Amino acid sequence: MSSAETANTYSLAQRSLTTRKLHGSSHPWWFAAPAIAVMAAFFVVPNALNFVYPFTDWSSFKNTINFVGFSNFADVLADGTVLKALRATLIYAALVAVFQNVFGLALALLFERDTALNRFCRAMFFLPVLISALAVGYIFQALLATGGALNGTLSAITGQQISIAWLGNTSWTIIVVTLIHTWKWVGLTMIIYIAGLKSVSVDVVEAASIDGANRWQTFWRVRFPMIAPAVTFNVATAMIGAMNSFDIVLATTKGGPADSTQVLNVYMFKIFGQGLFAQATVTSLSLFIVVVLIAIPLIAYLRRRENIL
Amino acid sequence: MSGGRSPNGASRRGGWLQPMVALLVTAVFIGAPLWLVLVTSFKPQGEAQRPNLDLPKVWQPIQNYLQVLSEGRILQGLLNSLLVVLPSTILILVLGAMAAWIFARRSGKAASGAYYFVIAGMLLPPAVVTLVLELRWLGLANSQLGLIATYTSMYLPLAVFLMTGFIRLLPIELEEAARIDGANPTRIFFWIILPLLRPVIATATIMVVLFSWSDVFYASFVLGGGERATLPLNLLQVASAQLYQNNWHLVFAYIVLMSLPMVVLFLVAQRQIIAGVTSGAVK
Repeated sequence: MSSAETANTYSLAQRSLTTRKLHGSSHPWWFAAPAIAVMAAFFVVPNALNFVYPFTDWSSFKNTINFVGFSNFADVLADGTVLKALRATLIYAALVAVFQNVFGLALALLFERDTALNRFCRAMFFLPVLISALAVGYIFQALLATGGALNGTLSAITGQQISIAWLGNTSWTIIVVTLIHTWKWVGLTMIIYIAGLKSVSVDVVEAASIDGANRWQTFWRVRFPMIAPAVTFNVATAMIGAMNSFDIVLATTKGGPADSTQVLNVYMFKIFGQGLFAQATVTSLSLFIVVVLIAIPLIAYLRRRENIL
Repeated sequence: MSGGRSPNGASRRGGWLQPMVALLVTAVFIGAPLWLVLVTSFKPQGEAQRPNLDLPKVWQPIQNYLQVLSEGRILQGLLNSLLVVLPSTILILVLGAMAAWIFARRSGKAASGAYYFVIAGMLLPPAVVTLVLELRWLGLANSQLGLIATYTSMYLPLAVFLMTGFIRLLPIELEEAARIDGANPTRIFFWIILPLLRPVIATATIMVVLFSWSDVFYASFVLGGGERATLPLNLLQVASAQLYQNNWHLVFAYIVLMSLPMVVLFLVAQRQIIAGVTSGAVK
């Protein structure tokens, strides 16, 4: 036994000597170990558990946790609320990705030149990025309530009583909520597009205009293709951010009316609060699967397209 | 930096149009909502009940803000936020820089595998429900330590991503010279690498503080409210409590106070913040 131990120590020593000779000990693994351990413990383990607990009856009403097979999934399909939340999440993410990029790029082009006024306007549009999303939600609740500031202002302008239920329509309030989400984040999208536009060399743009391209052509044919990395980044962050949206929906509509704006995270928050933990994990798992199936392929596609250009 | 005028001279032609449009767009979309917040926070309850853009007929800013400070537990919330955000940020920066150094300098499958293992957290959503379960097992549920662990694991990937990209661009000769002089890895990391990381540390700090300062979702799952509520979680609690129902003057006074630290930080470090947040995005 002692000889085996000696052999073991010897081979360990020898191995560490070999790595030392290569490059190992100049950049030892233990520097990366704490970060890897934190991610394993608090990111990977919960996500692994998230594949187990949807198959249990875990709730605040029982002291034991038992496996129940697919019954939670059957309930979910029969009830339809998670599916509705899934649909709301996808619509929400798609609208935010479009709005944030269209408006972000438009603002970037509007404020592109480095004048004092433009710098001021950029800073103003960046302010909402710094305010908490919950606060943004409350601000827009006050603006858009039926008796709120927007209807009041519209009434004053038109001279008639206007009382549009901006946050109370089952078919288009989700558009209003995604526009609020866009308002909060568009400043970030904008400054990234401005940085992208500035990185395009002036020579290229000048060459295009000497060749007779007008501003419209120069933008779409020359500058826009060259800001592809900024497009990828902005679409990806907008999608991922929108899929994880919570605060703005909670503060404006609480998921209503009739669950029409109830995204997965809001539903998860509600049923977790009711003590239905296993159902909450079903929702959480749905979100995970949606991101894996939609966001990641999309980002991979955008990155590939960057390389072609 | 000169963004340059448009080469075909259009900027001269539209000399007054662009500033007009820029001002109008900013006033309508940013000025009006922020104006609403400010004026409402100065109004008495009766005037604030139906929020509008009018100036207050009766000004009572001091009374509103003092009431929020005394009854809204805002100072407790501020302390709670600092107790979570500061340790999380420091942990993320230190662990992130150490790991990024290894990922940037080591070649081979193990290093790139470990790198992707860590940064996968930038795209994949955290499983918050089972995370709460795990924190209960560890005795960390409903505790600041539990929320620190949550934020650290959530924003560490972003820091590692930014820092690894940054270190890859640093010349390795600096390290090699020190190594020949007999410096060990710990010494090289703390004396040579870490000081060079200052710009990317600034960027990572800004992003992490920005996200964790305004988070209410993860805080509500992990802390479940109560005594330890951070500023935004406290806002969620008080805004739905009796005191604040329809009391927009108090909600908005709270929002102004809560946003102040981030806005002041932005005004002081605007250049670095904008350079920082754009650095990862544009190649």
